[in-house]
Amino acid sequence: MKLGFYPGCSLEGSSKEYSQSLLAVAEKCGVTLEEIDDWSCCGASAAHSLNHDLSIALPARTLALAENQGMAEVVIPCAACYGRMAASQKAMLEDASVLKKTQGFIDMKFLGNVKLLTVFEFLQKYIFPVADQYIVNKLNQKTACYYGCLLARPKELTKLERPENPMEMEAVLEKAGATPIDWAFKTECCGAGFSMSRTDIVAKLSGKILEDAADRGAESIIVACPMCHSNLDLRRPEIKKQLKKDINIPVLFITQALGLSMGIPAKDLGLKNHLVSTGKAVSCIVKKEA
Amino acid sequence: MEKPTDKTHTPSLRKRMELEIGVLPSHCYQCGKCTAGCPLNEDMDIMPSQILRILQLELPGYEAKLLGSLSIWLCLACDTCYSRCPQEVKLSQVMDFLRQESVQQNKVNPKAKDILKFHQAFLETIEKNGKLNEVWLTLNYKLKTLNLLQDVNKAPSMFFKGKLNPIPERVHNVKEIEKIFNKVRENEGGTK
Repeated sequence: MKLGFYPGCSLEGSSKEYSQSLLAVAEKCGVTLEEIDDWSCCGASAAHSLNHDLSIALPARTLALAENQGMAEVVIPCAACYGRMAASQKAMLEDASVLKKTQGFIDMKFLGNVKLLTVFEFLQKYIFPVADQYIVNKLNQKTACYYGCLLARPKELTKLERPENPMEMEAVLEKAGATPIDWAFKTECCGAGFSMSRTDIVAKLSGKILEDAADRGAESIIVACPMCHSNLDLRRPEIKKQLKKDINIPVLFITQALGLSMGIPAKDLGLKNHLVSTGKAVSCIVKKEA
Repeated sequence: MEKPTDKTHTPSLRKRMELEIGVLPSHCYQCGKCTAGCPLNEDMDIMPSQILRILQLELPGYEAKLLGSLSIWLCLACDTCYSRCPQEVKLSQVMDFLRQESVQQNKVNPKAKDILKFHQAFLETIEKNGKLNEVWLTLNYKLKTLNLLQDVNKAPSMFFKGKLNPIPERVHNVKEIEKIFNKVRENEGGTK
């Protein structure tokens, strides 16, 4: 099985371990993820904040490349990239004038025949059917499944049935032998792209998320977005200052958690790349009973 | 009510917004759910529901008030407002529109300068490389804001954790990206 893959910029930089663990899980389950050749940045918050046309044109180039390379489905693990790519695709499919204008900008034809998959859709469609035979460990811990904004909203793009209280991630963690907790902040915003320009806001919003997870006894927080990860993990010192308390709950990508349950070694999942040690989460793991 | 127009009259901010993004402020009946759910309501100078009210009323001076507000820059586009709105008003698109107008008319709130500079540094990095490199973005942002010492203590640990990649990944043919930026810019001010 071969699928298209759009890693996005963060997965080549600060969130390498998301890409690394996704590829490791896919490989284990016999799925090959093939990068779109010569993909470019989706434009992220900067493009849609400053230039509407650019925010459609930048993803359009990559979408057109994927079409030219004959990809039927493309996995986009980054929640923010997925949102921008899906928004661009939708805008061009729904409005002929936007399509015409954008094709002019990118100097390529766009057909709109590539199906974009969120990380949940990818796991449900291609990993779930075969996962049981590879799952050898039980994560054996209470996890707070954190969706943030872009995995949940807007629902016409994310395709989740319940954007206020989604359960897609919980289904994955239950499969991996964890106990997802019920909590209040699973779809609250972490501060997203303000990591550098308004670090105080990130510390405040991410602090609330972390505090609620801690109060409810979570032993790990699971995310599926590079921005959520860097705000909750790399910004932990600022969060500690904001909360005036030390919360050491590790933050794992959903594919790292799934990889651990499949017995993939920690180093192949990039678990050592985090600021907050993941040791606590790893030490809970037990062998799955036959 | 339609305002009298003549050839020299430029359409109002509200009218331009309705034409460009197709969001109609008149759909809002001021239930306030957007404001209640906004994660940054306590930091905003004008509440999200008030932004729509101001657009509905179009009282004298409303354009400057909106374009100079901090709120339009604080909006994180988390879409909590839109997903809870009983009238499905796409408030995050309103915010995007107002931000762009605010830059074009040089009305950006002084407290939002760093946020704007971050976005600009981000786009410049993409225009040069086709992809975002976080080290380049950080350096570019620091030079723009002169916050030179911000986060320098993070660099060593991030480097050793393999999180910093000083050599930028680039698109093979960066000219293609530059061309997209140029064409979009040329088109601005024309038929948007």
